[in-house]
Amino acid sequence: MDNIVDLEKHFQDRIDAEQRIEPKEWMPDAYRKTLIRQISQHAHSEIIGMLPERNWLTRAPSLNRKAVLLAKIQDEGGHGLYLYSAAETLGVTREDLLDDLHSGKAKYSSIFNYPTLTWADMGAIGWLVDGAAIMNQVPLCRTSYGPYARAMVRVCKEESFHQRQGYEIMMALCEGSEEQKQMAQDALNRWWWPVLMMFGPKDDASANSEMSLKWKIKRFSNDELRQRFVDMSIPQIEYLGLTVPDSELKWNAERGHYDFGEVNWNEFWEVVKGNGPCNHQRLETRKKVYEEGEWVREAALAYADKQQVLRESSQHVA
Amino acid sequence: METAKNKTNQALFNVVLSLADSTLILSHRLSEWCGYGPVIEQDIAMSNIALDLIGEARNFYDYAAKLEGAGKTEDDYVYFRESKDYKNLLLCEQLNGDFAHTVVRQFFFDSWHIHFLDVLRNSPDETLAAIAGKSFMEVSYHIKWSSEWVIRLGDGTEKSKQKMETALEALWPFSGELMEATEDEKILIAAGILPNFEQLKTIWMEQIMSVLTRATLEVPTGKNTVQTGGKTGRHTEYLSYLLAEMQSVQRAYPGLKW
Repeated sequence: MDNIVDLEKHFQDRIDAEQRIEPKEWMPDAYRKTLIRQISQHAHSEIIGMLPERNWLTRAPSLNRKAVLLAKIQDEGGHGLYLYSAAETLGVTREDLLDDLHSGKAKYSSIFNYPTLTWADMGAIGWLVDGAAIMNQVPLCRTSYGPYARAMVRVCKEESFHQRQGYEIMMALCEGSEEQKQMAQDALNRWWWPVLMMFGPKDDASANSEMSLKWKIKRFSNDELRQRFVDMSIPQIEYLGLTVPDSELKWNAERGHYDFGEVNWNEFWEVVKGNGPCNHQRLETRKKVYEEGEWVREAALAYADKQQVLRESSQHVA
Repeated sequence: METAKNKTNQALFNVVLSLADSTLILSHRLSEWCGYGPVIEQDIAMSNIALDLIGEARNFYDYAAKLEGAGKTEDDYVYFRESKDYKNLLLCEQLNGDFAHTVVRQFFFDSWHIHFLDVLRNSPDETLAAIAGKSFMEVSYHIKWSSEWVIRLGDGTEKSKQKMETALEALWPFSGELMEATEDEKILIAAGILPNFEQLKTIWMEQIMSVLTRATLEVPTGKNTVQTGGKTGRHTEYLSYLLAEMQSVQRAYPGLKW
């Protein structure tokens, strides 16, 4: 079976039979490239995503909130780590991936290019951003590439805890003073549309969707997931006593779904292109952190090398 | 008799609050690294230590509230006291600086913390013994982490060694306070509730020397001035900024639930 056509057919048959593809197996180059792009983008999003939340970590208004938020952000670092490891099984190194992030070649989720302006944003991010992430990620637990699927199982378990902590922050605010309720509503107003953008462009404008669905890297289309997210969130928003910043939102009994307004796609593409409110800030911060850590990484390597030499020479003597 | 008991109780409250404050403030400093670590693994490790310390702080605040008996919560102590009322060690409030400073600060603290808790586990004060017992396991990991990094950076590259020397020089004067008993601590040591600080000092010094030797580093000589005052509320300039930031939301909207 050395013929490329046969290899591709065998590969697609395995995908169609819901079998997992593992690192050492043959796979089409485009499949490998798509996965590297998607997994690394996901890993970068976890790492960059730590920044908007750390912005309020040192101002968390109670010890309990502080501890929970710290644990949450730490989980995100952990997710980044599993995902970089999953990407490494495809023949790239973490350093290469980070270089691509720092040069602007690799993307990360645009949602993290919006600023966190009040404590309520910690609630909105946990609840809505992590909620949207779960919606995108749960199907990935069944994605065709084994290491990615297994990483996502761990990620998804933790994300649902994140979403709960976010919603709890919102509940506390909505049960609180008038100022707190306003803070919650303001956060919802600012995050709602960017969160809907997290599902990606409309299906007919999504360049990578078709092949990803065929290869079962993706399981549902962007628009399907976006609709599912809106349907799930509206009752939660009503329960909080907040309103959605969308005058076109209404229940459509015929479809059995909520109708909602059009995302501002111009804004979406501007942020993707690097022109969002915090693109520059986030990337500069990451680059600075990476540069400042260089001497530490070098020292750790140098020390490990010295230890290796010592071990070898002591074996030699023995 | 009654007065002596009151005096011991007051001392116990002050000391418990001081332990709570030290662990909280160090946890806060470590949490400032979150998202900024030199590699993801170490970012996560520092958050882990911060989480352990905040957990320990909460146990101490809880005990302080019981001792005071005024119906206060942990957040009352944390968010509504000023710098002069905080009783943390000066070492804990020192700025993160570069990673070498953070590692050295942690190493000095852990080397004291682990042995302090080890003895405190057998304190006749059952609450203190229980808190110490729980935290001891966690701190065994902290001291392993900080010692390993002292060695790795000390015996890494020329640059890392130099950075470690600078950090040791800067932080050494703040290490003395760990073993300098306040009046309140002396009362509790006499009552057998707290460990003997003289013995702790010997063990601490042995630990420091053994790790620094492996790291090919030296204890800074000619810097024997001890900076103290934190445990009685006289702080460095850094603490009030930390508090201003930490307390900002609570203070802007006092009396609300979050």
